[in-house]
Amino acid sequence: MLEDKILLAHGSGGKFTHNLIRQLFLPKFFNPSLEPLDDSARIINQEGSLAFTTDSYVVNPLFFPGGDIGKLAVCGTINDLSMVGAVPYYLSLSFIIEEGFSIELLKGIVSSIHEMAEKTGVKIVTGDTKVVEHGAVDQLFLNTAGIGWIQSGINLSGKNARPGDSILLSGYLGDHEMTILSQREGFKFRGDLISDCAPLNDLVQKMLEVCPTIRCMRDPTRGGLATTLNEIAGMSNVGMVIEEEKIPVRESVKGICELLGLDPLYLANEGKLIAIAPSEKVDQLLEVMKNHPHGRDAQRIGEVTEENRKKVILKTLIGGHRILDMLTGGQYPRIC
Amino acid sequence: MKFIDEFRNKEIAEGLIKKIRKTSTRPIQLMEVCGTHTVSIFRYGIRGILPEPIRLISGPGCPVCVTPNEDIDLAIALSRQKDTILTTFGDMMRVPGSTSSLQKEKAEGGNIQVIYSPLEALKIAKEHPKKKVIFFAIGFETTSPTIAVAILQTKKEGLKNLFFLNSQKRVPQALFALLQAHTVKIDGFILPGHVSTIIGIKPYQFIAKDFGRPAVITGFEPLDILQGILMLVQQIEENHSTIEIQYRRTVREEGNPLALKKIEEVFERDESRWRGLGLIPDTGYRFKDSFKEMDARGFDIKVEPTREHPECLCGGVLQGIKTPFECALFKRICNPENPVGPCMVSIEGTCHTYYRFA
Amino acid sequence: MCLSVPGKIIKVNKNMAQVEVGGFLREISLDLCPEVSIGEYVLIHAGFAIQKVDEKEAEETLEILKKMAELS
Repeated sequence: MLEDKILLAHGSGGKFTHNLIRQLFLPKFFNPSLEPLDDSARIINQEGSLAFTTDSYVVNPLFFPGGDIGKLAVCGTINDLSMVGAVPYYLSLSFIIEEGFSIELLKGIVSSIHEMAEKTGVKIVTGDTKVVEHGAVDQLFLNTAGIGWIQSGINLSGKNARPGDSILLSGYLGDHEMTILSQREGFKFRGDLISDCAPLNDLVQKMLEVCPTIRCMRDPTRGGLATTLNEIAGMSNVGMVIEEEKIPVRESVKGICELLGLDPLYLANEGKLIAIAPSEKVDQLLEVMKNHPHGRDAQRIGEVTEENRKKVILKTLIGGHRILDMLTGGQYPRIC
Repeated sequence: MKFIDEFRNKEIAEGLIKKIRKTSTRPIQLMEVCGTHTVSIFRYGIRGILPEPIRLISGPGCPVCVTPNEDIDLAIALSRQKDTILTTFGDMMRVPGSTSSLQKEKAEGGNIQVIYSPLEALKIAKEHPKKKVIFFAIGFETTSPTIAVAILQTKKEGLKNLFFLNSQKRVPQALFALLQAHTVKIDGFILPGHVSTIIGIKPYQFIAKDFGRPAVITGFEPLDILQGILMLVQQIEENHSTIEIQYRRTVREEGNPLALKKIEEVFERDESRWRGLGLIPDTGYRFKDSFKEMDARGFDIKVEPTREHPECLCGGVLQGIKTPFECALFKRICNPENPVGPCMVSIEGTCHTYYRFA
Repeated sequence: MCLSVPGKIIKVNKNMAQVEVGGFLREISLDLCPEVSIGEYVLIHAGFAIQKVDEKEAEETLEILKKMAELS
């Protein structure tokens, strides 16, 4: 049942977001390419498929350790294409800019976009610019669309996970969201905490080379690892068991989470992927991942099961179990 | 992280569970009082690894669960006033009042800010001298000294635009009321470690002396909880009833006298209304006369009449005498995205847990 | 009702201190626990130190736990 007003929770990536998409958007826009609700749509023909995705970027602050809104936009769009196995080729870019925004800052963002596009080989082929009055947007919003090509034989989808498959995670959780929170709240650290914002297309292609039968890949952005795994478990109608002691979280992220009562399994990441793959290929995949700059801390964190369908179960540090639900509305710091 | 990681050791945990299994010979029901214990027990999956005969039930120790609708409604009404900023701990954002919640009010444009420390309310009051800033003061004895310090600081600095909506609670007499009511079978208590850091051991003595039950002041890491349970099981098996301290690294017998003094400077003890348990004497505070000008209950504003959904069973669930299945609203109308009562709000609330498991 | 975490005192400045929890640095008030020195650990709740962590007791508790678990 939908609320009568949009809440912040509707943008958090969890249950409220899902309900909004399924109850308001999907019924009106329904078609076979949209229906799976994977990270990109696949438009299939005999030679392969076209992957097509769109995304909007509203991050605040615009500049943060590890990146800025421009780098985020290019990486995020490339990653959505990569998660369905596509090689990313073309991006569109729309700017919505608040009047009074600094040209110097805009130049900085454009440079970041240029740098990331060069690095990854994607081309910005079309765009749009709008300027709106003071207060109509918060400084600058970006919208992108991305097109890529999936070779025939590659079939990655949230519907494909099978009991017995392994669940792989490419590295540390929570770096991006905690970097953003720290910038907003003025948190300090011993050592650096930076966003993990990174393009994953090269890593994905190398993984597909050793294992073309990877079932599914997703990047755990808003809603975090727990939400993403729940999505896949739901779409594939399988259960999952993951082990807390295998999940990498940096000391500084752990420190903030302990102090504020946040759970790292629900934090957003911008340079990590989850892969569901046949278990016999795990060793090869981990080798490829650990030899790649964006997969050095990769781990096998769990497996897909026959039992407890549509549920994700966490085996805790002390050997107990708890159900890992999807994020509901968003996490608040707590004192209780 | 020192003093955290060592108390999450898997081998020791497994050994403790074996020992609990060896020691326990009969079915017992232990009440863990504190919301933070409920979270920790849930987070580590402790219920599932305890031997069958040991049942853990949750007590009334979480502000989310026991803050009555009328206080939430008042906080909402205050936040709707012109030129007012309501500050609150994050825990209260999703708790439903009679018709709304702070989160819903924020979505409608209400000026509501989540803060982590009562001292931040002073900062916000100074940054907005023309606005009325109100702090929704919830919490138990762990938090009350921090609120008292914030109030003393407010007076010292002569800040005239900061007010406190006092909805704090005190634990020991609530446990007395529970035991007196005889409605739930409680064989022993897992007592709140951090509350006890402030109040020490004395306020709990009646549990053993007058009611013959053992109680252990317990920390919050999994090894603390398992040791606390083992200590309780040992007492029960030997027919003892004393108050023990498991959490020795931070709980002293005398508590924190300085913290208690700060509370006494600002507040007098009073009765207080607990959701599900009603009005309990000596379980809350009221402002002393010299601080009354900061009392947010002093404002003359209209508050909607308090309503509890007539079919909401949270009161019974909170006391452990009803299960969510017996509630007509459970799953049909009440779910985690649209909670009717507090037991569904937080991920470790009884109804929320049943919703996911069942 | 009491999420509190042990942190190490890094700096002291009158009634405020900087503490560290796993690399995360935070300013807290010492109004409830004034007698602290650099290197000591305190329990942190809602922006305050509410009590010192007794390191000896912590070590003893761990020893007792190991014995109870029949590991030592």
